[in-house]
Amino acid sequence: MAQIFHRSANTLSRVTIFGAIFIAGFVLWVIGGIVRSPYFTNQGIHREQVVPFSHQHHVAGLGIDCRYCHTTVETSSFAGIPPTSTCMNCHSQIWTNAEMLEPVRASFRTGKPLVWSRVHRLPDFVHFRHDIHVAKGVGCASCHGRIDKMNLVYQASPLTMEWCLSCHRAPEKYIRPRSEVFNMNYVPKNQAVLGPQLVQQYRVQSKTHCSACHY
Amino acid sequence: MSENKTLDFTEFRARVGDLRGKEFWRSLEELSRSDVFDDFFTQEFPQQAIPLQKGANRRDFMKLMGASVAMAGLAACRQPADAIVPYVNQPESVIPGKPLFFASAMPLGGVAHGVLVESHLNRPTKIEGNPEHPTTIGASDAFMQASVLNLYDPDRSQVVRKLGDTATWGEFIAALQPVMNAARTNGAGLRILTQTITSPTLGAQIQALAAQYPGMKWHQWEAVNHDSVREGGRLAFGRYVNTHYDFTKANVVVSLGSDFLGDGAAHLRYARDFMARRRVRHGVTQSINRLYAIEGSMSNTGSVADHRIPVKPSQIEAIARQILAGEGTTPVLSALVKDLQANRGASVVIAGDEQPAVVHAIAHAINTQLGNIGTTVLVTDPIEVAPVNQLASLAELVRDMNAGAVRALIILGGNPVFDAPADLQFAKALDRVPFRVHHSLYYDETSYACHWHIPDTHWLETWSDARGHDGTVSIIQPLIAPLYNGRSAHEVVGALIGGLDQTPYQTVRNYWFGRGATEATWRKWLHDGLMAGTALPPIAVAASAPAATTNQPPATSGIELELRHDPTIYDGRFANNGWLQELPKPQTKITWDNVLIVSPKTSEKIGYTSEERDPLVNEKRTRFATITYRGVSMRLPIWVVPGYAEDVATVYFGYGRRMAGKIGDNVGFNTYPLRFSNALHGGPGARITMSDDAPRIYPIACTQEHQSIDPKLVGERGLIRAATFEGYKQNPRFAQDPHHGSDVAGHGEHSTNLYPAYDYSTKHAWAMVIDTSICTGCNGCVIACQSENNIPIVGKDEVVREREMHWLRIDRYYRGDIDNPEVFHEPVPCMQCETAPCEPVCPVEATSHSEDGLNDMTYNRCVGTRYCSNNCPYKVRRFNFFHYSDYDTPSLKAMRNPDVTVRTRGVMEKCTYCVQRINSAKIEAEKQGRRVRDGEVVTACQQACPTEAIVFGDMNDKSSKVANLKAQPHHYALLEELQTLPRTTYLGAIRNPHPDLATGHTADTGHE
Repeated sequence: MAQIFHRSANTLSRVTIFGAIFIAGFVLWVIGGIVRSPYFTNQGIHREQVVPFSHQHHVAGLGIDCRYCHTTVETSSFAGIPPTSTCMNCHSQIWTNAEMLEPVRASFRTGKPLVWSRVHRLPDFVHFRHDIHVAKGVGCASCHGRIDKMNLVYQASPLTMEWCLSCHRAPEKYIRPRSEVFNMNYVPKNQAVLGPQLVQQYRVQSKTHCSACHY
Repeated sequence: MSENKTLDFTEFRARVGDLRGKEFWRSLEELSRSDVFDDFFTQEFPQQAIPLQKGANRRDFMKLMGASVAMAGLAACRQPADAIVPYVNQPESVIPGKPLFFASAMPLGGVAHGVLVESHLNRPTKIEGNPEHPTTIGASDAFMQASVLNLYDPDRSQVVRKLGDTATWGEFIAALQPVMNAARTNGAGLRILTQTITSPTLGAQIQALAAQYPGMKWHQWEAVNHDSVREGGRLAFGRYVNTHYDFTKANVVVSLGSDFLGDGAAHLRYARDFMARRRVRHGVTQSINRLYAIEGSMSNTGSVADHRIPVKPSQIEAIARQILAGEGTTPVLSALVKDLQANRGASVVIAGDEQPAVVHAIAHAINTQLGNIGTTVLVTDPIEVAPVNQLASLAELVRDMNAGAVRALIILGGNPVFDAPADLQFAKALDRVPFRVHHSLYYDETSYACHWHIPDTHWLETWSDARGHDGTVSIIQPLIAPLYNGRSAHEVVGALIGGLDQTPYQTVRNYWFGRGATEATWRKWLHDGLMAGTALPPIAVAASAPAATTNQPPATSGIELELRHDPTIYDGRFANNGWLQELPKPQTKITWDNVLIVSPKTSEKIGYTSEERDPLVNEKRTRFATITYRGVSMRLPIWVVPGYAEDVATVYFGYGRRMAGKIGDNVGFNTYPLRFSNALHGGPGARITMSDDAPRIYPIACTQEHQSIDPKLVGERGLIRAATFEGYKQNPRFAQDPHHGSDVAGHGEHSTNLYPAYDYSTKHAWAMVIDTSICTGCNGCVIACQSENNIPIVGKDEVVREREMHWLRIDRYYRGDIDNPEVFHEPVPCMQCETAPCEPVCPVEATSHSEDGLNDMTYNRCVGTRYCSNNCPYKVRRFNFFHYSDYDTPSLKAMRNPDVTVRTRGVMEKCTYCVQRINSAKIEAEKQGRRVRDGEVVTACQQACPTEAIVFGDMNDKSSKVANLKAQPHHYALLEELQTLPRTTYLGAIRNPHPDLATGHTADTGHE
């Protein structure tokens, strides 16, 4: 009886079997790449908002402090989205007829809240708290990027666990003085010296156990 | 497929004596030593293979697998779009992400239970006791905890109904007008039926209504009505009074059928006060109190008594008379009498709500004789607005309805069609009333029988007020606007009065402002949750001994029926509350059902000697027995429980609802037909026969043997350790094992562990100590945990398969004689072992050790291998076999604790020591640059516990309460010989039997 497979099939099968390891590795590498890509993380994607609110204008242009609107960033897990009344503090005086601001005025008139599209979203099994990060000297820009340069806000960081851990494992690389937390322009002069100092001073602990965030 | 297991109680009795190295046993199954019982331990989930054995051939399997692979791709995790909706004008006090707490009060049986309600962005999510309130003193029971689920229950009535069809409030008012006009001209014919009312405002409204309609009559009925307490007080003191007790001053307590530690308006307060006198602390405690319980069924109170005398409830009167006469015919009774005589002014004799009035009168007479009135027994004016004999009140209403004298009946709350005594035939009489209105939370049996139904508001939705057990008034303030268009009782009565259309807020506020309140006092009342100084002052009274009654000669033969309200669903009003349905009943550990409970001896007498079981699924099944009482026969599943009195059959009422809602419909058996108006709590003359059509068997979801610790793992010392107080004084280290004893709290000085020890010296070391001496098994902690941690319910079928999800279970242990055993309760949460067996076996590191010694469970990482659960010697891990959490019902989403992940199918979960509360406290402390203070982290179970049996804290802080308890000599750990170094540990149970009687089964377990 003739052989079904030619001799070259032996080589082919060897290549296939050993190649499978590389193929599997390649597939995993591709998957790893995909889940880190903006397609999954939404990094860098602008969101349409009910009012095209420009942080660039309000923060860089007018110099309004983060906490003027995000009032609970130092006290609560949630930084806070300003109520319509906060907008109207100024906009009852200036740009009172701007067409762009009509939804804000309508909201104030009717009592119906503005519905914003969420930009930074963590899964439900992650419990992130703004207050403790601010208290320990994590700057707004460290995670949110240069908000003062964004017209429409987008998510500057991937918000993956890998990214969280990069700081949780080595906080000294990122911590800044508390006085600079809300400073968008802060550039560390000598982080290698200052970082460990601040970590000591603020008693920053490297939290990497699961229940620090997941519960 | 089923097999019979013979229940040979004689053999069981013999086995009690020679249990492996210890004298504690958990259940009759354990004594039976059947193979099936072993399955409970050798297999983590003995019956889980069953659903897979049905159907599913290879082709189906391939299809399913193929589909799941495809779906897995589809479901991959792109973040869904999400909205943020800020306020238009943000209230100053609201900080998104931080809960607020508001003081209010939950009325149950009319009595205010002071609460603090946790509110997340105006959604009430959790109930806690109000530490300032005299009735709850910061603790909470299962009803209080679970009432938040009732608030969001999607089955609640949502609309006004006329003859079952949707109508409006306006239409109701229009229909009401001619009726009220007729009542005004005719005078009579208008009746109101309410439950017990202590609300001063509502009382005043009803009285104003009565003044307007002089012919109107106000009736009251509640299935759990405390009539005999009221009538007993009148018998003793000549008028209606309110009695409450100060157990902190009582050295000796005698319960005449009373479950004061587990049931009744003030049981939280009583449990706190009573157990404050039996908390044993080394070098501090000189003496502890002593409790005698004389009762038929096993109550929570009886289960922690030092001496329990099981008798037929009808025999209690005779015993009470003996005590009054100062004579004891048995050794226990003579010891009891001696103890009472020696503790004049420092003892309490308390009669049970279900005992007849005369027993209450005798108890008052004994207390008067002993000089307890005014010291331990406080008598005040009644707290009800209009105290009446509710049975007589209801009977009068029924009589008048039958006579056609009732033209309009307004039923405010309650469900009399379901829960009125059967012989009154309330429903039939109701049919003769031409205009009937029912105001209630659910469209229930009574609503169905009425022309109009008005949806009620939940107590978390409306303004009202009520009095606590001592008369202290609390304002009930709403936490949320009515979810389902409910109208409060104040509005309904307001509509009857007519005129001003006041909101409940205005009604309550106007009432109190009319009585001298100012804006300042009003705000203080709302803030505190009570009006200080409104407790009713004690009155000086003395009771005379009641004349001997002859109307009820104690029956000596035959079976006595004992009717009790259900321990978890009350009189049936909580039937649609899944948390309470699935809560194991304190003594029987049965969920989702009511049964006919008999003692082993009674079981032998009626010939129930073998039980059915399905060996494949290890499902507990029982046969039906027919109970006949006063001509009414009823088939009920029979259940044998040790410790119940001989010839007593206990039946809970409240089950068998037909119109409760999706959860409660057709669950259990309606036993109200056994309730007669002249025997509300049962009586002698019942007969039980085993049903002849024997093959009919009934599965029971009993959790007693679920998640049991394998007896083969248990060392010589057992899982519960007990001593008498005398024994403790001789050997304070009775609970500790001489080989491991000193090691249980430490960091492994004697450790033979191969793994390097963790270093917690600079961190916190969270730990918990549970004092088994003072746990009453009340279940408050179980529901508190369920509410705090978003724990789902699974339903009866799944409980039968051992899949209940409670993170905290309360193990029940017996010791001694199966006819009158001692009972011990042991709450078992996760042990948070320092060398946790669950951790190394997880292939994906979903369970791991935290820096402060917690066993973290990371849901998002769990792939559901269940190895951890398999390797946990304490059996505290729970697995989501199915999608138990309700992700769809909108109202239930609002109920969830936002600080805890809602778990999905295929994920393991377990007690976390309320890590969300730990993290919150740690973050607050860190922000202030300090360490967490002792007492700053309170776990949900600890907060609910009425007796403070659960203590949590940082054991690195040597001044903390928990460190102090860990240093107690009677401190021990479960399975300490496994070297798991559990963080949750226990204090041995200490009982205080009378020295003359301290022989027999109350002997010490300590061995020198």
